[in-house]
Amino acid sequence: MTTGITLLGPALGLSAILFTLGVAGVLLRRNAIVLFVCIELMLNAVNLSFVALAQLHGASGQIMVFFVMTVAAAEAAVGLAIILAIFRHKQSVDLQNINLLRG
Amino acid sequence: MTQWVWLAVAFPLLGFLVNGALALRRPGAKSAVSLVGTGVLLAAFAVSVGVVLELAGHPPEHGTVVRLWSWLPVERLQVDLAFQVDQLSAVMLLVVTGVGSLIHIFSVGYMREDPGYARYFAYLNLFIVFMLVLVLGSSFPVMFIGWEGVGLCSYLLIGFWFSDQVNADAGKKAFIMNRIGDFGFMVAMFLVWRAFGTLDFAQVTARAPEILVPGGAIVTAITLFLFLGCTGKSAQIPLYTWLPDAMAGPTPVSALIHAATMVTAGVYLVARTNLLFAMAPVSSLVVAGIGAVTALFAATIGLRQYDIKKVLAYSTVSQLGYMFLGVGTGVYVTGIFHLVTHAFFKALLFLGSGSVIHAMHHAYHAAHSHQDAQDMRNMGGLKRYMPVTFWLMAIATLAIAGIPPFSGFFSKDEILAMAFARGAEQPAFYLFYGFGVLAALLTAFYMARLMAMTFLGENRTGERERAHLHEAPWIMTAPLVVLAVLSAVGGVINLPSLFGGHHALERWLEPVTAPAAAFVQVEAPHGATEYYLIGAAVLIGVLGLVAGWRATLARPIPTARAAPPDRGLALLLNRKYYVDELYDALFVRPLLWLSRTVLWRGVDQGVVDGAAVNGMAKLSQGLGWVGSRLQTGQVGVYVILFLVGALWILRAVIG
Repeated sequence: MTTGITLLGPALGLSAILFTLGVAGVLLRRNAIVLFVCIELMLNAVNLSFVALAQLHGASGQIMVFFVMTVAAAEAAVGLAIILAIFRHKQSVDLQNINLLRG
Repeated sequence: MTQWVWLAVAFPLLGFLVNGALALRRPGAKSAVSLVGTGVLLAAFAVSVGVVLELAGHPPEHGTVVRLWSWLPVERLQVDLAFQVDQLSAVMLLVVTGVGSLIHIFSVGYMREDPGYARYFAYLNLFIVFMLVLVLGSSFPVMFIGWEGVGLCSYLLIGFWFSDQVNADAGKKAFIMNRIGDFGFMVAMFLVWRAFGTLDFAQVTARAPEILVPGGAIVTAITLFLFLGCTGKSAQIPLYTWLPDAMAGPTPVSALIHAATMVTAGVYLVARTNLLFAMAPVSSLVVAGIGAVTALFAATIGLRQYDIKKVLAYSTVSQLGYMFLGVGTGVYVTGIFHLVTHAFFKALLFLGSGSVIHAMHHAYHAAHSHQDAQDMRNMGGLKRYMPVTFWLMAIATLAIAGIPPFSGFFSKDEILAMAFARGAEQPAFYLFYGFGVLAALLTAFYMARLMAMTFLGENRTGERERAHLHEAPWIMTAPLVVLAVLSAVGGVINLPSLFGGHHALERWLEPVTAPAAAFVQVEAPHGATEYYLIGAAVLIGVLGLVAGWRATLARPIPTARAAPPDRGLALLLNRKYYVDELYDALFVRPLLWLSRTVLWRGVDQGVVDGAAVNGMAKLSQGLGWVGSRLQTGQVGVYVILFLVGALWILRAVIG
């Protein structure tokens, strides 16, 4: 295996596409679960660019990915709990109906 | 003894405190109230006599100033609470405490059955306190304390029976009209301060000749503003309308405050600042002119009043006009002389009318009829029922009508003679003299009418009521006797040389009026002129009395209920030339309109409340509404904003 930079361009391109999909999902979809999935998608898109760029800057990028995964797991636990509580309260997870913060 | 002059003020103050406490805690303790109320006055009178005797024994050149404490120490403005004991304040001291004591004693009988007895004596004592501060004050501000204080007491006592709207309104009217005059007093004080840098009477008098230009604008302005204050306090045109309304108060109050003492404060003020008035000939002319016109004007109104106290009230306004004519001529002693004799005979007349009203009120009360106890048309023939009151009031009537040898003759004659003498120099004074003589004729006329309607002819009180008419108790008649003696012989204090006297009061007051004499010299008439003037005055007085007596008893007088309404000139006089209505239309209504429509509804409710206060609230509410539109509650919107923000920052960081 030769030391060199492999597939950096395609990896970053894929990361950008995945991130854009995640943003679009967050903006366009109303279902809280789907929204949640989209957030995970964005996080993992960022993870991909971390890993790809680690070839240039050393292992710290790869270590950062583990951190992100840990935080994402915790976030998933808390987020899902919140969504569950909202569902119990409203019988729905449609974000259109959840507007208690409206001024 | 002079050092103890403050006791004369302290005693009535103590009386006020004790009676005030009793009025709040034990309003039924009438004997204690009478004892304290009159006792403190007699004590104050004793102190005054002691002070005056010492002053007469060792007359100092410029009077003695008793400093109590420093009141307003503000840089250059140093005002002490100090009392000035000199010949002028000594005269006033004796009049205020002497006549005051007699009226306090009279009040014990007159007010005995009133539920507000203690409150009444508390106010009366407080009035004496302020009146003494007024006459003793050694500077403009200290005098002003008394000036305002007597106004307050006047207001409280006019509205003493305040549950009647009319009485409360009369008190308010007196208070507000006096405020207009006080404005003049204050402006004059400011001007004095600017010109002299001091407000002390003694220093102002000492430095006036070097600081002020005789007849200059400053001294004229100061004196005219001072005189505006006098027109308010002493009920002169144009601010006189409050005094007749002030008769709403108890009758002894009318005698003490609205005849003998407080209303003469303006005359006292002019005499106190005599040097300034002497240096301002224009102001002196205005003072004399207003005095003469008021004397005549008020006397004509007095001709056609039916309320016994209203006649006396207009008579007081008229006599005050005489006093101002006197001080306006530049011979200040004449005004003070008439002030003293007027205090005697007018207090007597008011107290006598109080005795009549007391009897009438009791008669109507006992017979359960609701008629006006003060309307002279309901009286008549009272001489048979109250002979003492009749004879005592007759003495006062002769005195005020200017019949020799009663006191009023000497003082009134002197004013008219001096006005005549001034005419040689300023012809306007001949006119004022004419006004004065005419007013003297009318004075004699309305007084004869008052006496005839009240005491002579047929009794018109009513069949059942007549049985209850009776003479007043001795505690009310005794002060009348003393006042009658004073009214009869009071003229001796300034007996002219023609009658074997030597102008005692004039010599007594010489140290006070000497500075003014350097500017105004009036040669008193003598020889044939003097005889002619005296003869004319006596003739006028007798003529007026006889005419008034004959005209009143010429035909039967209908009672107040049966009387036909007045018409023509009689109506015009009875309605007081409609001056009250005129003031109402000219000042009161426009002011109320301005206050209600413009200032209240427009400025306050519209601009202050509307635009400023509620406007700010509306503005923040609007801004809050705009801000709240950002908070949609929709997560999508937040995300978009977040994204836009993040991209914007990113762009800024990358450049």
